[in-house]
Amino acid sequence: MRFIDEFRNSATGQRLAARIKERKMRPVNLMEVCGTHTVAIFKHGIRHFLPDNVNMLSGPGCPVCVTPNVDIDKAIALAQSPDVILITFGDMMKVPGSYSSLHQVRGVGADIRVVYSVLDALRIAQDNPRKSVVFFGVGFETTAPTTASAVLEAEQLGIDNFYLLSVHKLIPPAMGALLDADEVHIDGFICPGHVSTIIGSQPYEFIPQEYGIPCVITGFEPLDILQAIDMLLEQLSGKEPRVDIQYRRAVRKEGNPIALKYLSTVFEINDAGWRGIGVIPKSGLKLGQQYKRFDAECALKVVIKPPKEAAGCRCGDILRGVSTPHECRLFTKACTPEHPVGPCMVSTEGTCSAWYLYGDEGKVLSQTGEPLANNTSITLKE
Amino acid sequence: MPKDRITLGHGSGGKLSHDLIESLFLPPFINPILQASDDSAVFPLTDSDRTHQGRQLSKDEIAFTTDSYVVKPISWPGGDIGRLAVCGTVNDLAMVGAIPLYLSAAFVIEEGLPISTLRRIVTSMRRAAKEAGVKIVAGDTKVVERGSADGLFINTAGVGMLPEGVKVSGNNAQPGDVIILSGTIGDHGIAVLSAREGLAFSNNFKSDVAPLNHMVGAMLRTSAKIHAMRDPTRGGLATTLNEIAQQSKVGIRIVEEQIPIREEVAAACEILGYDPLYVANEGKVVTCVAPEDAERVVKVMRKTLYGHQATIIGEVLPEPRARVVMKTRVGGTRIVDMMVGEMLPRIC
Repeated sequence: MRFIDEFRNSATGQRLAARIKERKMRPVNLMEVCGTHTVAIFKHGIRHFLPDNVNMLSGPGCPVCVTPNVDIDKAIALAQSPDVILITFGDMMKVPGSYSSLHQVRGVGADIRVVYSVLDALRIAQDNPRKSVVFFGVGFETTAPTTASAVLEAEQLGIDNFYLLSVHKLIPPAMGALLDADEVHIDGFICPGHVSTIIGSQPYEFIPQEYGIPCVITGFEPLDILQAIDMLLEQLSGKEPRVDIQYRRAVRKEGNPIALKYLSTVFEINDAGWRGIGVIPKSGLKLGQQYKRFDAECALKVVIKPPKEAAGCRCGDILRGVSTPHECRLFTKACTPEHPVGPCMVSTEGTCSAWYLYGDEGKVLSQTGEPLANNTSITLKE
Repeated sequence: MPKDRITLGHGSGGKLSHDLIESLFLPPFINPILQASDDSAVFPLTDSDRTHQGRQLSKDEIAFTTDSYVVKPISWPGGDIGRLAVCGTVNDLAMVGAIPLYLSAAFVIEEGLPISTLRRIVTSMRRAAKEAGVKIVAGDTKVVERGSADGLFINTAGVGMLPEGVKVSGNNAQPGDVIILSGTIGDHGIAVLSAREGLAFSNNFKSDVAPLNHMVGAMLRTSAKIHAMRDPTRGGLATTLNEIAQQSKVGIRIVEEQIPIREEVAAACEILGYDPLYVANEGKVVTCVAPEDAERVVKVMRKTLYGHQATIIGEVLPEPRARVVMKTRVGGTRIVDMMVGEMLPRIC
């Protein structure tokens, strides 16, 4: 497949892996912030390529995972309110809140619909004029502009039964919060590619400048990731940490001005709660004054019980890179993709889900060894 | 209710039911056993059943299976629920090495289904049965009120005879075996998905739904060292390989680059976020064969209609027991686990 195969080329991959090894770097911790990177790293077996001195940490970049229970509880309460249709992306359905999940309350009659695009929510609002249609806006800078565009469209079309529960979040403040907490040593960041197509490279500049830590904005194919790791190591062996863009085919320094305009028009930045991290100043997006009438929390008052966390679940530690899934005693035992306890196991981009599905830190893979015979290279000619 | 649609009366057991059976079900499937129209099909396992293409069939062993088909929608590029209902059951028989002979077909029809649709599906079943060389000898029709089913559900059951000496199962893969796949993966799942409302993003897809018994017969005549065989349907190749690894208590190592996939299917999977290893197939077989026979088996498969892209995709190892690992295209290694949950509901 063109534009995919080029970025999965084995020979180039081996060359990059060799270069990473040859750098003979001191042991370093590199954090991939984004959940899509976590999955790509596992799915393509990239950890298997890396020398022992390069350790990858997974960060807080899975929007489903970082949504705290209190926000999920609110969505559940809204879904259970009379004459409300709650619209969500599929990933949120099974995430356990404090007492239930959207999936469970749908099973007992709540009208919850899964969509692929926020624009479907507008259509549903138009088709159901007597209902209040609430879109559960989850996601980072990548998804927030489409939510903003839906709000603008609702205004333009005069759809007055469309509401938004915005738990949209911003990535760079979370990276700053991790560094301030100083619980885990991070030598470099693999910065999210999709988020950066929107925000560009500038919002990360404070990381090299204030913390002296290099950043590389990275694409999602295996060669992108290997090249980014190599670029980080190169920065680490130099003196001047900076924000480099590896994902040049998609990311511009200034980002996407149109999408940024949508964001600044519709939203204002607020302090937001993150699972495992707590409230991070200026890390969330809520509707600005001009669009307050679309705010589901203001328009449809709901009361929720005090949120609580699942006993033993270490998603919070895992999201901060402090723990690995294997350090959670629930992982693969009480907590599996079939019966997830925490969100990191629910989301396809969750760290626990990726560890569960694709690998276990070489325990099994190290038994594999080399092929018995060279059978797999048999070629047959007619 | 207009006359050209199924009504509850068609399922009453009365005149309308009889008319439907006489006019719609019997003619395409006609054979003396079905024609007897008794409560059970009665058939001897006669000489012609006992020998098949020169092979002696076992006197003692019968293969018997059943499967229900609830796929949505009931037609899609490259197939429909009728063809699937025949092929699925034929293939289940073929996967244990049996020669499929007789099928039953039971229809659960939603009130209001156009009779022309039912006729089209039944015609498709006849064609598939003819291609597979099986007879449909028993059947049943039920009609449920609108809303109680989704158009049409079909159950088929089938019996087949095992050739003397054939022993194929999922629990007999042996370290050293070579893993052969008969062709491209993911075609069925993506074709069905593309036919679903709201996801029609290309018209290039074609389901692979096909009867595999002739190819399997050819394979079994070629080698006595075919140790394990499965058709990777729901759950895809990944789940099937995991089943073999678990049942046979072996490790399996596959090479991503060797796994055939049509470019448009790969592209659709990329766009939709599906891993093609988990997407359903309905006309593929994966088999574990002793290395000395592997090349011969592949050659024979490639000469058959549904195996012309057959290729070696990996091997069976002693370790890691009950696990499947894959060398990725870029050169890494990862675990390939069973499918968790349902990726695409109602795919068959």
